Amino acid sequence: MKTQEYTVVGTRPIRHDGVDKVTGRALYGADFQMAGLLYGHILRSPHAHARIRRIDTSKAEQLPGVKAVVTAGDFPEVPERMVDLGEGDTPLSYARGNVLAKGKVLYKGHAIAAVAATSVHVAEEAAGLIEVDYEVLPCVLTAPEAMQDGAAILHDDLKTKEFGEQTGRVSNVAEHFRYAMGDIEAGFAQAEVMVEREFNTATVHQGYIEPHNATALWNNDGRILVWCSTQGSFSVRDVTACLLDVPVSRVRVTPMEIGGGFGGKIPVYLEPVAALLSKKTGKPVKIVMSRKDVFEGSGPTPGSHMKVKIGARKDGRITAAQAYLAYEAGAYPGAMVAPGAMCVFAAYDIANVVIDGFDVVVNKPSTAAYRAPGATNAAFAAESVVDEIAEKLGIDPLDFRLKNAAKEGTRRADGPKYRRIGCVEVIEAMKNHPHYTAPLGGPHRGRGVAIGFWFNVGLPSSCTISVSADGTVNLVEGSTDIGGTRTSIAMQAAEVLGIPAEDVHPTVVDTDSVGFTAVTGGSRTTFATGWAAYEAAQDVVRQMKERAAKIWETEAASVALDRGVFQSGDKRMTFQELAAKLDQTGGPVVGRGAVNPRGVGGSFSGCIADVEVDPETGKVTILRFTSVQDAGKAIHPSYVEGQMQGGSVQGIGWALNEEYFMNDAGSMTNSSLLDYRMPTALDLPMIDTVIVEVPNPGHPFGARGVGEANIVPPPGAIANAIYRAAGVRMNRLPMNPPAIMQAIWSQRD
Amino acid sequence: MHTKVRVQTTINGEPQEFLCEPRQSLLECLRDLLGLTGTKEGCNDGNCGACTVLMDDRVVTSCLVLGVEAQGCQITTIEGIARGSELHPLQRSFLENAALQCGICTPGFIVAAKALLDQQPNPSEDEIRLWLANNLCRCTGYDKIIRAVKQAAEQMQEVNA
Amino acid sequence: MSLPTVFIPTLLQSLTGGRSSVEVEGGTVRQVIDNLEQAWPGIRERLLDQGKLRPNISVAVDGEVTPMGLIEPVSPSSEVHFIAAIKGGAQAAHGQRHL
Repeated sequence: MKTQEYTVVGTRPIRHDGVDKVTGRALYGADFQMAGLLYGHILRSPHAHARIRRIDTSKAEQLPGVKAVVTAGDFPEVPERMVDLGEGDTPLSYARGNVLAKGKVLYKGHAIAAVAATSVHVAEEAAGLIEVDYEVLPCVLTAPEAMQDGAAILHDDLKTKEFGEQTGRVSNVAEHFRYAMGDIEAGFAQAEVMVEREFNTATVHQGYIEPHNATALWNNDGRILVWCSTQGSFSVRDVTACLLDVPVSRVRVTPMEIGGGFGGKIPVYLEPVAALLSKKTGKPVKIVMSRKDVFEGSGPTPGSHMKVKIGARKDGRITAAQAYLAYEAGAYPGAMVAPGAMCVFAAYDIANVVIDGFDVVVNKPSTAAYRAPGATNAAFAAESVVDEIAEKLGIDPLDFRLKNAAKEGTRRADGPKYRRIGCVEVIEAMKNHPHYTAPLGGPHRGRGVAIGFWFNVGLPSSCTISVSADGTVNLVEGSTDIGGTRTSIAMQAAEVLGIPAEDVHPTVVDTDSVGFTAVTGGSRTTFATGWAAYEAAQDVVRQMKERAAKIWETEAASVALDRGVFQSGDKRMTFQELAAKLDQTGGPVVGRGAVNPRGVGGSFSGCIADVEVDPETGKVTILRFTSVQDAGKAIHPSYVEGQMQGGSVQGIGWALNEEYFMNDAGSMTNSSLLDYRMPTALDLPMIDTVIVEVPNPGHPFGARGVGEANIVPPPGAIANAIYRAAGVRMNRLPMNPPAIMQAIWSQRD
Repeated sequence: MHTKVRVQTTINGEPQEFLCEPRQSLLECLRDLLGLTGTKEGCNDGNCGACTVLMDDRVVTSCLVLGVEAQGCQITTIEGIARGSELHPLQRSFLENAALQCGICTPGFIVAAKALLDQQPNPSEDEIRLWLANNLCRCTGYDKIIRAVKQAAEQMQEVNA
Repeated sequence: MSLPTVFIPTLLQSLTGGRSSVEVEGGTVRQVIDNLEQAWPGIRERLLDQGKLRPNISVAVDGEVTPMGLIEPVSPSSEVHFIAAIKGGAQAAHGQRHL
């Protein structure tokens, strides 16, 4: 698809922070150093569910080198209230309770106390000297278990809510909601083919390579200074201020480089604790999680129990679809089940739909977002059932999807009607790709397809651009750069200014130095912070035109900017020439952009996966993989491809290997990167990409966020490929060798 | 406090002496004692490869080496890969191929890939994948990393031809 | 004259006599809710708590969840949806502003 021609947008410049990242100079959170630095260590619960009877820190405090110990009791006493940490309210006690447990521990790995000492080894040793007296309680580890009558209850004050209505029923179900459209019974009555299946997926982790870290200094002037790796410096500021009961202006957060996040580095774990330790010691305190802490004490993404039923007519039209989604929130309410419900049938135009969502607490770590949170679980279920229906009808799986694909004007079950979307274009690109018709070339091989959706978000972003006398500009922004966004943002400013991307110098700054900017997440950064940069650049252009008009003694309205050249009548001046004249024409030019943009364009993604299943061992090898995604307009195609490849491979890991393997006592038995088996280079083929461009009418350059939708289809596509290779329909993730052999054996019986 | 041990070593071509506790890993010594923070910690148990360095031209995960073991060794870290102001071909090709996203695994990959190209100037895709299987990357899906290593190998061969 | 169309969440349709969408006047989300309350008493309390949208409810106008909530303008051709908020308690507990 042809989109408007641009000079900078759509090209592939070297990223601005690249040299520092290939030479080891880039400073990540754990690299931060400061005079007098103390090292912190967190003591974590060995039990999945227990009452804390007593904590005795005296022995730890006496160990030479230990400077302070803190527990939940060190947080300021604030009466229980709902706190608005952004858009969603939550009881303050839950927010604080996950950072340091009070009264009860709710999962193995739950933080209980923290030590600051002169070395990380002393701190660790001291944490081992803290004595905790536990009353161990029975634990619940899965949604179905936790929903049963008589299940162990995590929170005595948690009552099930049904769309704003308190049921008054104390249970582990925090919330039940329903999206419904049309007449589900009539829809199923029209169906000539029907498939209903049940699915379970395991808890998985985002698996970023850099562990969580934070350094805090409670300064002598009362300000709290924080350096950390986070997806959102402003949300760290707000949460830290809230838990420490100080105004937000007392906290300054400096985002260091961040080694991956995928949603998992939005939550705040360490910053308020490091600040408490710093307050007690008067010194800066750094805490870095171990890998085990990351698995057991940060936020993985929910395991789920799902049922999906779809009915269709013989002509291939889906008449009705129903989903039951019960997601495990972990220790505190907030499983990503609402977005799962938004996305489960989002790729299809279906008149009659019912979706029930359940947010269920269990004794596992409190879950966090993971790349299109909630959508991948749901799509695995829906795309497996869609595939089975297409097979029953004898229709090609892509033709079946095309026949039912969502388009502009299709209403989604959660309400909204789509604007211009690229679902059909993605499916057509899959169909047209040579991969789809290439021979499989051997036995025990199969090809599967699936599609997926993520709605993307907008949210606030701020940016300033100042013009230097040499004709370059400095761009200041607040979005932490996890995957090249300094460049995709700078390119949008460069396009407006008519200068090369290399002439824009982007810097990510602390929370004192730029306007509020929401997290790097929701596939929003290139879209929304890029938009702020676009606005800031427009502001620069407006001011520069005034300067040109002053020099030429004409009206600013008569001055035009075309590809870096200002013109009025027969007068011309390049951006660089005018930049050198700013001092004489009124002083510096600084442009600003602050947006909270609408017009977010959702992104569709699809993939084709070829697998080989070893019939003796159940091992699945990915032979070939193609990822297709609608980027609206790819600002920097290399990094769009990178998102698609990275999301695909995370989806492959989720599909085949990754899981929190829990024993009955609620202990994760595979909390290392050896046993939590993420894909290595050796496990994979090249990941082919096709960028589809259906411009988003809501963005100046037509961009859609591309960070997330790509992880949604792989598990479904791989399940469908396994079926064609081995003849078994898998109903659980991961589809590891034992699960596949089980399925093969039970089919033989 | 444990008695510290004096270690004499060569890091990135320069003689280097430091005092460390016997329990400190080489990774800790590099990062916390010598300020060479380009070598990253991802797991501290040898499974992610982010702390990869060369020890007498052998690829090691520095979290599994004690600082005291570096006595008399030649250590190469990411800070020693570029030649003065000129990037190593691998560093250039990682940039040109967009072979990094967050960048935390990049130093380990570049150090490991350099060791590969030093002994096998023209590796196949399979050889690259096998060699780099101890380095985890969660952002890229490895595709662009493999391409970058191949491109660097080709460029280095052209220069040497 | 056309009026904004409000889609009633399934679990609130008992208050609107089973109707899944209704047309009511209003230039902002707040006015729309006030007018809903006139026609179907009790619905406001299910949507608002102490004058604010309940924590687990988001409002979407013309297909986009609005960060402005009750003060979001609504035009006569608008569609208004009340939907489950994207992030539940835990995300906020973790200080997640948004996804």
